[in-house]
Amino acid sequence: MQDEMKHLLMRTARGTFSRRGFIARCGALGISAALANTLIAQAVRAEGPKKGGLIRAGIAGGESTNSLDPALAASEVPFVTSETWGEMLVNVTPDGKVDMRLAEEVSSSADASEWTFRIRKGVEFHDGKTVTAEDVVATLKRHTDEKSQSGALGIVQGISEMSYEGDMVKLKLAGPNADLPFLMADYHLVIQPGGGVDNPAAGIGAGPYKLEVFEPGVRIGFTKNPNYFDDSIGHADQVEILVINDNTARTAALQSGQVHMMNRVDPKIAELLKGAPGVQVKSVAGRGHYVFIMHCDKAPFDNNDLRMALKLGIKRQEMVDKILGGLGSIGNDFPINAAYPLFDDTIPPREYDAAQAAEFYKKSGHDGSPILLRVAPGAFPGAVDAANLFAASAQAAGIPLQVKLEPDDGYWSNVWNVEPFCASYWGGRPVQDQMYSTAYLSTADWNDTKFKNATFDDLVLAARGELDEVKRKEEYSKVANILRDEGGLICPMFNDFVHGVRDEIGGWIDDPNQELMNGRGLVKTWLV
Amino acid sequence: MHPILKLVIQRVALGCLLLLAVSAVIFLGVEALPGDTAQAILGQSATPQALENLRQQMGLNEPALVRYFKWLGGVLTGDLGKSLTNGTDIATAIGQRLGNTLFLAVSAAVISVPLALILGLVAARYAGRWPDKLISGITLTTISLPEFVAAYFVIYLLTQVFPVFLPVSMVFPGMSLGAKLHAVALPVIVLVMVVLAHMMRMTRAAILNVMQSAYIETAELKGLTPMQVIWKHAFPNAIAPIVSVVVLNLAYLVVGVVVVEVVFSYNALGQYLVDHVTKRDLPVVQAVGLVFAAVYIGLNIIADVVSIVANPRLRHPK
Repeated sequence: MQDEMKHLLMRTARGTFSRRGFIARCGALGISAALANTLIAQAVRAEGPKKGGLIRAGIAGGESTNSLDPALAASEVPFVTSETWGEMLVNVTPDGKVDMRLAEEVSSSADASEWTFRIRKGVEFHDGKTVTAEDVVATLKRHTDEKSQSGALGIVQGISEMSYEGDMVKLKLAGPNADLPFLMADYHLVIQPGGGVDNPAAGIGAGPYKLEVFEPGVRIGFTKNPNYFDDSIGHADQVEILVINDNTARTAALQSGQVHMMNRVDPKIAELLKGAPGVQVKSVAGRGHYVFIMHCDKAPFDNNDLRMALKLGIKRQEMVDKILGGLGSIGNDFPINAAYPLFDDTIPPREYDAAQAAEFYKKSGHDGSPILLRVAPGAFPGAVDAANLFAASAQAAGIPLQVKLEPDDGYWSNVWNVEPFCASYWGGRPVQDQMYSTAYLSTADWNDTKFKNATFDDLVLAARGELDEVKRKEEYSKVANILRDEGGLICPMFNDFVHGVRDEIGGWIDDPNQELMNGRGLVKTWLV
Repeated sequence: MHPILKLVIQRVALGCLLLLAVSAVIFLGVEALPGDTAQAILGQSATPQALENLRQQMGLNEPALVRYFKWLGGVLTGDLGKSLTNGTDIATAIGQRLGNTLFLAVSAAVISVPLALILGLVAARYAGRWPDKLISGITLTTISLPEFVAAYFVIYLLTQVFPVFLPVSMVFPGMSLGAKLHAVALPVIVLVMVVLAHMMRMTRAAILNVMQSAYIETAELKGLTPMQVIWKHAFPNAIAPIVSVVVLNLAYLVVGVVVVEVVFSYNALGQYLVDHVTKRDLPVVQAVGLVFAAVYIGLNIIADVVSIVANPRLRHPK
């Protein structure tokens, strides 16, 4: 019960759950607001971290094809793995600030086009070598190299010149970017000795745990790094990741105590799991979102009236309730929500409006032939159901939307980014600029809506270099409005990260950045 | 040359030819799959530049035929190559996974084969009466349950209601035999449930078939008890069909249990194969496919030879 109250209160505070609903729920449980507060205070009472023991996580999203090379990390398990053995220059705190890791100081030139990082002294890699500015530059170079397959290639491409002097790393950018430190927190950019050029998959970094066992797709075992520079994290003697992709098995493993924490609790069973003894459900409002994407350059989606008709023909709250089991919040056709800094919460949410949708549809002059929405079960959890709900509500508005089921296998190469209208998902990024630059700029590598708008581009670039927060927020508000009213993105919902955590785990923090406390669930928690 | 030795040599040679054909078929099949290795590996977040780099590095721009013969040459010299996706040595990975596959298969077989035979004998002895109906009823029920349903059922029963076993069955090098057996208990139970009925029914049917023969009547008239008749006279003559079915089920236990592996997160060959098919990791798919084909062909050769050895008329051909 405490957990539910806490969860609801947190969501009420974030605006993802209505205030009225919260009070009603309190009343239904026979709890006064004052008592609820006491309960919450007890629940979050800080107890000091305890050292020792073995923490296990059952994580979905790992394959026997995984590599230890952080540049190639593309799913959940490799991400958590790198966060456990590796360390980046900086990280992002749960409240969206820069967290100094291997860098101890960051500064920029007045126009944010030149950045300097001071590297922490006396930090050692697992092989005993000292972390130097040279290693940092070599690492970044490896990811920016044209031959690189790094998932961070697009992120670090904007760095035109890298150099080091003593313990200072200097990065010169092609254009000003006020968010550069956030880019350095990308999980691919784990600092490796010599940049990891010789053996990128060695698994040697400066992180809180040393890699002991690596069986891709099965388990990854770690022991504590005794020379880690930060005593405030890394409590257990040993931590272990068990790759459990099956939902039922993962949940059963948590309930039987075989693992202490798990990711991706199925929304359908989250309510049931809350009642299980010894287990808590931790739902965190994050930046991830489930989307339907239209190619703005292909008929019939090159017509903004038709795009508008589809955007008005979707029932957002119904999606959140039925697809996410209430563990999420509605989206507003731009990829940003309250979890981002500088979010403009005054933009009105778009509601389902059959009459208006029908009007826009008529105005678009579409010939009435079926509009195909392609979807596969793996596009996102519940994707097929969501597409069917969408088709039903659009058809009610007279739009001939039809769902076409595609196989999971090959979906990301044959359908996504190929077909003009399909289901997809995004994991979100730490800052607005990164999200827009990744997928919505005309020149973006992953512009999966083929959205090309010069005004939009100019505004994003202006906001990127803007150091005045008030102005920047205004610019982002304009950016959001353009995308919301003209873009090819239909974003009906932001999904929460839903975890199961056993009562033995202390120190759990809700972190909106990524699943499992931004990948550091094993590192930052302890056994009570 | 002894006719049986000759037969074995013939079968093994045929098996090798068959394997070669299988390798070509697997190659064609994987080539025909839609999608592309580089895209599959790098996933949704791949940049075009990264894709091109990876294709170059993996030699995917070479023609398919060249890649096939390069690979075949490697296999014949004992080199299965490296995984395209994470660069690990395929032979090492398969070795460990195959060990786990065989461990699970043997554990399940050690229980299910004798159990099926005994139940089959009992069912044949009391054919048409309640023990027969009970045995048939139970085993037919367990075989009718899809594996994953049976698996979720035993997970619920034996890890949640009665917490005796663990839902995740991974085994690791360095675990003691006892710990390993404890870990695989649940998948073994499920597999026994799945394969029992087939073998049991075949044993029963084969024995009942033999029981119609004139020499069984003679044995009965000699005054032997029904169980003695079945054990001494009916069973030896029913071995050939029983062995074929047992071997089919053993082959299934080795090559067909990927669903069970996934549900229990058991780190064996099936899961490994599926992961690599998804990523279009051709060398691994080829190698695992070949291993599976070899197991299947090998077991069938054994079944043939045993049937022949068990039959005096085939053993001493005129």
